[in-house]
Amino acid sequence: MKGKVGLEGYLESFKRFQNGAGRPSWLRDVRRAAIQRCVELGLPTTRDEDWKFTNLAPLTKKTFRPAPGGAKITLDDLAPFVFQGQESARLVFVNGRYVEELSDSCAQPGGVIACSLAQSLGFHRELVEQHLAKHVDYDRDFFAALNTAFMEDGGFVYVPPRTVLQKPIHLIYATTKMSSPVVTHPRNLIIVGEATEAAVVEEYVSMGGDEYFTNAVSELVAGEGAVVEHYRVERESTRAYNIGTVRVQQGRSSNVACHGVLLGGVLVRNNVHPVLAGEGAECVLNGVFMPRGRQHMDNFMWVEHASPHCGSRQFYNGILDDKATGVFSGRIIVHKDAQKTDAKQTNRNLLLSDEAQMDSKPQLEIYADDVKCTHGATIGKMDDDAIFYLRARGIPLERARTLLLFGFAAENLERMRQEPIRRYVEGLITDRLPHGEILKNLS
Amino acid sequence: MLEIKNLHVSVEGKKILKGFNLKVDAGEVHSIMGPNGSGKSTLASVLAGRDGYEVTEGQILYRGRDLFEMDPEERACEGVFMAFQYPVEIPGVGSIQFLTAALNAIRKHRGEEEFDAFEALKLFKDKLKQLQMSDEMLHRSVNEGFSGGEKKKNEIFQMAVLEPSLAVLDETDSGLDIDALRIVADGVNALRGPERAMLVITHYQRLLNYVVPDYVHVLVDGRIVRSGGMELALRLEEHGYSWAGERDPAGVAAARL
Repeated sequence: MKGKVGLEGYLESFKRFQNGAGRPSWLRDVRRAAIQRCVELGLPTTRDEDWKFTNLAPLTKKTFRPAPGGAKITLDDLAPFVFQGQESARLVFVNGRYVEELSDSCAQPGGVIACSLAQSLGFHRELVEQHLAKHVDYDRDFFAALNTAFMEDGGFVYVPPRTVLQKPIHLIYATTKMSSPVVTHPRNLIIVGEATEAAVVEEYVSMGGDEYFTNAVSELVAGEGAVVEHYRVERESTRAYNIGTVRVQQGRSSNVACHGVLLGGVLVRNNVHPVLAGEGAECVLNGVFMPRGRQHMDNFMWVEHASPHCGSRQFYNGILDDKATGVFSGRIIVHKDAQKTDAKQTNRNLLLSDEAQMDSKPQLEIYADDVKCTHGATIGKMDDDAIFYLRARGIPLERARTLLLFGFAAENLERMRQEPIRRYVEGLITDRLPHGEILKNLS
Repeated sequence: MLEIKNLHVSVEGKKILKGFNLKVDAGEVHSIMGPNGSGKSTLASVLAGRDGYEVTEGQILYRGRDLFEMDPEERACEGVFMAFQYPVEIPGVGSIQFLTAALNAIRKHRGEEEFDAFEALKLFKDKLKQLQMSDEMLHRSVNEGFSGGEKKKNEIFQMAVLEPSLAVLDETDSGLDIDALRIVADGVNALRGPERAMLVITHYQRLLNYVVPDYVHVLVDGRIVRSGGMELALRLEEHGYSWAGERDPAGVAAARL
């Protein structure tokens, strides 16, 4: 037992939380077990292998209080969060709580559910009880345990078997201005049945909120033959902390893409943990991260091949400027029975300043004997030959750089199959690039 | 149009061009022929403004202006175009995006209205049609996965779109099969005109059968050792570069100055 150092605030909050929201009782037991596990694990430090390159001291030294309710944002505030040319369902969470007036679950095929987790505990208990906290590894991961201890609200999505979801589900987590730093623990459960198609977007934004902590966990259960696209878009304030875990449980022949787009936050941890549990399942972990200033972004991929004939692809591209730091850890675990595994990992990074820093670490753990695993990482500067080529065609230096940076990120954009969402993300990335406006008239 | 006077250029301390002189007027096509290592590509790179080339002596005037005072992009906007020997692959940047950016940078520089996406695309398609090239390349990233021949054709296509005043072709013919060579040559010939000058840099005389130059210069060891017409190219083909370098008739190189 590592003790309670640094956890006093959370333990105190937990006591009060348990007094208020204990129901249903099975959930109460899970929460208790989770907080107990937090104490056993203790806060991670850079001495922990999984946190070697991310110093959590700035986060753990601060006290974050549970966010109070009652904050108001309006529909106008949400106007920019629209996928042009694509009707989509929208669930809005303000300071961790679902706000019905701002949400629109829109018309979906029969049986589709898109509501808040809090609501689902009442109405869809069987589905929830079957999956909630059954997949995420809170035994290993402190922050997943912390989230599980405090889980209360978040998105609940259910797509019944043989249903094609035409309209993506857009989950927006907004944090508003507070007098002191707050913490929220969004908890999402996404259950996608057999032979379905679905797209879910999680977007984390600041609406006046500045210094706060978002500790999110999503469990995504993909049934046999399901085709799912999951997007995680991080665009919070550059003083916000965000630790997020996406845990994917994949059935036979399912195909899941987890896209990460990391733009905001001062310290971001992006955990993506698919388990290819059914034979022939495939996953793509595709991400682009663009820290600048003093932002730190840590991408922690944990891909488990648990069945034969599964394929996994990891493509993470980083663009780091100023004094930003980045991490890519790509662990591939091939279990004993997962013969004919085909796992590939690529991490490419561009450093735009001499002070930016990137650590890239592949880790292969292979217990099967007939597998194909490759990994590759590059860390470098922009290609001078390419810049010269563009300039020799009349394109000014700054624009040439913008075009090349866009091209670098475009490799990730091209893997996003939902066009309206891809365009939305493309807009966010374009806005983020220096002189990005020039790209808007070019195609 | 272009006047190069006593140009000396070093690369990483090594002298490559050692007193290069050339004068090109509008309407003329000049060919610079030379063996490997004679300084052909250095000349092209210096004209386009690539970094890493140290000019220790001499001058280049382009339309009366000192070329060395202009950035690569300004040279391009002023009408200098280099067809690269090794065109660069740029993954993720679409050909349309790239060429529209270039076209509009040049149009803006000339004080012309920028093209919108629709006008630009129409121009690209028209040019490709004239050049008898497929417009499939428009939908790919710049040069990405192109064969050697496709890359060279793409250079000629870009040249046709950007309509330069001075085109420098750096070994555009090397590695082309006969069909690609014809398409490239037709593209070059289509652009010949009284307002335009071309510098065709090549190792072999092959391209010159299709693009007949007004003047041929032989570059050996950083200097022009002979100048003449097409007959010089034919003699080189027959006798090789050692013949041209052996006897260095003083004054021939400077004949055009």
